[in-house]
Amino acid sequence: MTAITDIPEVPRAARRPQTGNPVLHWLRTNLFSSIPNAIISLVLLAVLAKGLFSFVQWGITNAVWLTPANDSSACRAVRGLGACWAIIPEKYRFILFGTYPFDEQWRPALSVLLFIALYYLSTRRAWWRRELIYFWIGALVLISVLMWGGVLGLSFVSQDRWGGLPVTLILATFGLAFGFPLGILVALGRRSKLPAIRSLCVLYVELIRGVPLVSLLFMASVMFPLFMPGGFNIDKLLRAQIAIILFAGAYLAEVVRGGLQAVPRGQYEAADALGLSYWRKNRLIILPQAIRHVIPPLVNTFIAFFKDTSLVLIIGIFDLLTTAKTAIIDPAWQQFSVEVYIFVAAIYFAFCFAMSRYSRSLEAHTVSR
Amino acid sequence: MTTDHPRPPPRRSFFGAWGQRELKGLFWQVLVVGIAVAVIAFLWSNTVTNLSARRITTGFAFLGREAGMPIADSILSYSPKDTYFWAFVVGVANTLRVAVVGIVLATILGTLIGISRLSANWLLSRLAAVYVEVLRDIPLLLQLLFWYVLMQALPAARLAWRPIDGVFLSNRGLILPWIPIGAPLLWVLGTAALGLAAFYVIRRWQIAQQMQDGKPRKSWPIALGLIVVLPTLVSVLLGVSWSIAWPELRGFNFVGGLTLAPEYFALLIALVTYTSAFIAEIVRSGIQSVPRGQWDAANALGLRRSFMLRQIILPQALRVIVPPMTSQYLNLTKNSSLAVAIGYQDVVSVANTTLNQTGQAIEAIALIMAVFLTISLGISFFMNWYNARIALVER
Repeated sequence: MTAITDIPEVPRAARRPQTGNPVLHWLRTNLFSSIPNAIISLVLLAVLAKGLFSFVQWGITNAVWLTPANDSSACRAVRGLGACWAIIPEKYRFILFGTYPFDEQWRPALSVLLFIALYYLSTRRAWWRRELIYFWIGALVLISVLMWGGVLGLSFVSQDRWGGLPVTLILATFGLAFGFPLGILVALGRRSKLPAIRSLCVLYVELIRGVPLVSLLFMASVMFPLFMPGGFNIDKLLRAQIAIILFAGAYLAEVVRGGLQAVPRGQYEAADALGLSYWRKNRLIILPQAIRHVIPPLVNTFIAFFKDTSLVLIIGIFDLLTTAKTAIIDPAWQQFSVEVYIFVAAIYFAFCFAMSRYSRSLEAHTVSR
Repeated sequence: MTTDHPRPPPRRSFFGAWGQRELKGLFWQVLVVGIAVAVIAFLWSNTVTNLSARRITTGFAFLGREAGMPIADSILSYSPKDTYFWAFVVGVANTLRVAVVGIVLATILGTLIGISRLSANWLLSRLAAVYVEVLRDIPLLLQLLFWYVLMQALPAARLAWRPIDGVFLSNRGLILPWIPIGAPLLWVLGTAALGLAAFYVIRRWQIAQQMQDGKPRKSWPIALGLIVVLPTLVSVLLGVSWSIAWPELRGFNFVGGLTLAPEYFALLIALVTYTSAFIAEIVRSGIQSVPRGQWDAANALGLRRSFMLRQIILPQALRVIVPPMTSQYLNLTKNSSLAVAIGYQDVVSVANTTLNQTGQAIEAIALIMAVFLTISLGISFFMNWYNARIALVER
């Protein structure tokens, strides 16, 4: 409780005239402003130093960075003492692209770059207009062509050979691209005056949000074939994609609904007074304002289901996490799973961290306006 | 005559005078509901055909049959000879066991970290920020697999790591000293709980009295009597032995004490650390939402720090904190279903095994949904009740 008592006070040092060494001054203000604070600082410093020291020892000093191909003896020699980063250069192609034909792996690599370009452009305020939708459609079509091939002289690669990072990005991005329109429709339906439509939408949202994604994925992988007419079946990846779209739709609907509630009633009334039809009113007046309100929570929802796509591991789809887990089945490298998990965690972290920083800068921007 | 009416008569609506708006609404509703019903009927008829083609029986009769699946780690007694129904109950118990303990620990840890983020101590607040950022931006399943791998890499039981006396950490999991729970002990705990409830009622009455006459009343003798002395008396009367069962290594395994299996322990750590990062952010923004003027006013009144936090700051912060906390608790409960990835047998894992053994996918998934919807509704109900209790009373 000592920590919390410090919040409201004007920092004591601010009242004190600044004298002497600025470094000492900074230390006194931020680390040693009171006796309990000084104790906390010293304990934390000791723990941090010890932790950093053993991590540097394990991760850098004693680590093995490179080994001859498929030879893990150097790694096994330092097991327990140092990290075996050599497993990354050994396995990175498999972790990133799965079983995609080795010589064609520039195609998924290019797709990943396209995805990143797509995300980057979508974050630019100058790009928030209608053209962005066409750009999304164009980019997604281009990515599908690159991944599948079969045209333009590219050899066809069926989707059960896809794997790794592109699959994670596909599941998340297509989930957003289809889940978002679905979410908007459901959000509108949930606020509709028509009781039958409203209750259908409430039922959908609450059912999906009430159960874990794992059970939806099980449903997609086990029950989907039962639902379809005999002989008709679709690929496992597509089934998981449908489950993720339905899942994302329910969560995005709740976010959009929050935005709709934030639009002042006068806007609805003004649109009605102009004699706009229901769809024109929503398309031209209400939705543009509502969605602008909820862009930060939309980004946060996207981060959440970007991470949640990793759950497809449970139904055996080769996303980034599954390829990582498969890479360490190899008996020679089995003991070095921690290194692989750290590598994959760094990739996920890079994407999510960038997005969460972006969402926060947006929030700061809205508040300052 | 026509020249007298230069304007054409107003166009009659297609639907006639009987309220265009209502008819349009009815039309849309019939359309959407019709499509929904048609889709469900189509899927249903396909399912019925497919099930009969595959000779899969329907209905919940399988619940009465012998399950034949092993469940290693459970607080209820279970053997593979028990029925599917009992296996489900054991699965639900396992889900609740990890969810309840996880919610309590994540709340404590998350609150501590949320407060640390606001600390004037630069190092502490930075470290808390790094903790939150790292844990939030890595998928929970990855963290779970990571903890599980670490758990498996621990030394064998004979070389177990002993952080403090009586606590063993090995690849068999975490083994703690524990007081064996028997009927007499439950009586003592029950008395203490009753005493606590009675004290709560008495204290409310005391405060109501103080409101009347302004005289403060002592509460600690009553608390001591009801919560400490009374249970101790019961304990002495019943002759409860408070001996702690210290775990010890015999042969290749541990005897005595409380064992947290590696799967359970890994799942618990992953859920608690991941959720605590989100809770920390909620607590931080809750405390920050209390206007500075409230702190200043409380200071100006000369209130004691602890009183100020308890009576002025916390009640206002809680109003912001409780609603998002509810969804974190729900998330933790739903996320506990990731247990299936590391082989901890929660309800989803049991249902999955059932599904593979009997082929009755619809029933198994319906059971999962029923269990989670019930838990979700339970948590929402409790949190809504709590939220209504602490909500701002507006005149």
